Amino acid sequence: MDAQFWTYLLVGVTFSLYIGIAIWTRAQSTKEFYVASGGIHPVLNGMATAADWMSAASFISMAGIISFLGYGGSQYLMGWTGGYVLLALCLAPYLRKFGKFTVPDFIGERYYSKNARTIALICAIFVSFTYVVGQMKGVGVAFSRFLEIPYDLGVIIGIGIVFFYAVLGGMKGITYTQVAQYCVLIFAFTVPAIFISLQATGNPIPQIGFGSKTTDGVYLLEKLNQLSVDLGFEKYTDINQTTLINVFFITAALMFGTAGLPHVIVRFFTVPKVRDARISAGWALLFISFLYTTAPAVAAFAKVNLINTVSNAQYSEVPQWFKNWENTGLLQFDDKNADGIIQYVADEEVNELTIDRDIMVLANPEIANLPPWVIGLIVAGGLAAALSTAAGLLLVISTSISHDLLKKNINPNISEKGELWAARISIAVAVVAAGLAGLNPPGFVAEVVALAFGLAASSFFPAIILGIFDKRMNKEGALSGMIVGVVFTTIYIFYFKPQLGGSGLPKDYLFGISPEGIGTIGMIINFIVSLVVSRLTRPTPENIRDLVESIRYPK
Amino acid sequence: MKEKYWRKNIFYLRILLTIWFICSFGFGILLAENLNQFYLGGFPLGFWFAQQGSIYMFVILIFIYVYLMNKLDKKHNLKE
Repeated sequence: MDAQFWTYLLVGVTFSLYIGIAIWTRAQSTKEFYVASGGIHPVLNGMATAADWMSAASFISMAGIISFLGYGGSQYLMGWTGGYVLLALCLAPYLRKFGKFTVPDFIGERYYSKNARTIALICAIFVSFTYVVGQMKGVGVAFSRFLEIPYDLGVIIGIGIVFFYAVLGGMKGITYTQVAQYCVLIFAFTVPAIFISLQATGNPIPQIGFGSKTTDGVYLLEKLNQLSVDLGFEKYTDINQTTLINVFFITAALMFGTAGLPHVIVRFFTVPKVRDARISAGWALLFISFLYTTAPAVAAFAKVNLINTVSNAQYSEVPQWFKNWENTGLLQFDDKNADGIIQYVADEEVNELTIDRDIMVLANPEIANLPPWVIGLIVAGGLAAALSTAAGLLLVISTSISHDLLKKNINPNISEKGELWAARISIAVAVVAAGLAGLNPPGFVAEVVALAFGLAASSFFPAIILGIFDKRMNKEGALSGMIVGVVFTTIYIFYFKPQLGGSGLPKDYLFGISPEGIGTIGMIINFIVSLVVSRLTRPTPENIRDLVESIRYPK
Repeated sequence: MKEKYWRKNIFYLRILLTIWFICSFGFGILLAENLNQFYLGGFPLGFWFAQQGSIYMFVILIFIYVYLMNKLDKKHNLKE
């Protein structure tokens, strides 16, 4: 039985599971639809949050990026996990105590202003939509590469599945499917890693194997450093001092951005109590850490395997997988000196091999000669990661429209039944719109994700933190902070991203900070503007001070 | 009473967030070069903090906070 068979089987089984769960968990009320009635067990919410959080990028691309950046890849590892500490300590418990449905809800009530709510909801929709298009693209790519289904049809199948369980079950359906998707994706990620770690070092735990000796008695990382130097690259574990400041700011932007992303925050509205919100963030990070500590190990093993297999190999004798991946365009060999041997080196002039980073996870089982069912598992896992994140994001878009825009800003008298219908219709529209954008993804999707984190860090994070920790923070302060922070960050990113039409050059970066890290500065500016303006304007009304008092203190 | 609860909470936040900063931005980034002279098995120490250690610390910090706050809630007779 070949890989194709296993892929069809595993994708078929997991998709039927998701549909089954959707039918079993239909939502009956808006409270069920928006926050699953606030009745999700903290461990299950932890799993759902983990699946919500880990997207196609975490599953497929991250290990590959680390593989090529070495130490430099650490910014993604720390940046995409450290934010959970901020969430657990500074946001989740108080927002749960506040006890409403959405992030714009909090901003709107805490800053007693419809305008604040509107700005927050525009940011929430923009951030979520750019993110979801990337997921749809991931689904299409997974289908087209592994199942030989055309890209477009792959996206349509993906939309169909998400449509079914999101429209039917809302947050309740999404939560239980995400729990299942977490199990699928973590199993799919760790199984090949364990095999590879065993092969290379004899230790089944990748996190330890990664720092152990290989079969020839040399430490794996030492060997990798040596191989890198031989080929003219930097040492894998070495720290490049000139880019260190950038690593610092990108890590910070990703952390604060994580803590400000609406689809992550909203998950903490779904648990019963304040204490559940705290522990649930702990479970979420624990479940996330299983993948995030395995990924750097996979990155190192895959790099060693790849170099050993292809470097200075006869092109006519390369294994079958090399030819397969050449057909997809992810591997390209250009025999510049026509000697029939693959030269893979740092020097662009001499280098003959172009490798797409995604291949480090996708082709890893084949490079390491693992059984064909492992390949099927990787595909099912990648799809689980993409679908679970897409569903969480789509829900944020739909609640922003039906709850924040329609119910709170336009027609407060809408009936419960009417609002539930509006929620279903808006999620249906959002799914279809995301799918259409996924069919013709604008080339700059990946670039816009940097913008999503920058915006979350420079808009939501300070507004929420100050809303909880600074009673004196008023409407004027928070609004001007958000506007200045967002405008600064957006302009900087557009100016320095050539893919977005910017003309700025890296040598002109402010303090040498690249657009990916500028959210940190945007956030600091937001904090300063908010604090200064709030001290110069009217104090907060009495009832808002009472509100802040009440969210700080559980019942 | 409420005042005391909140002050204690802020006190925990200060300590835990300081450790959070030191383990990630400190050991994993700013001091990583210096720490790389030392080894943990096959890992240069700064590299290990950046790709493994900081993440373990994040998980541990959250669970410590949960433990401390649950105790504080109990002391103040809070049920939620």
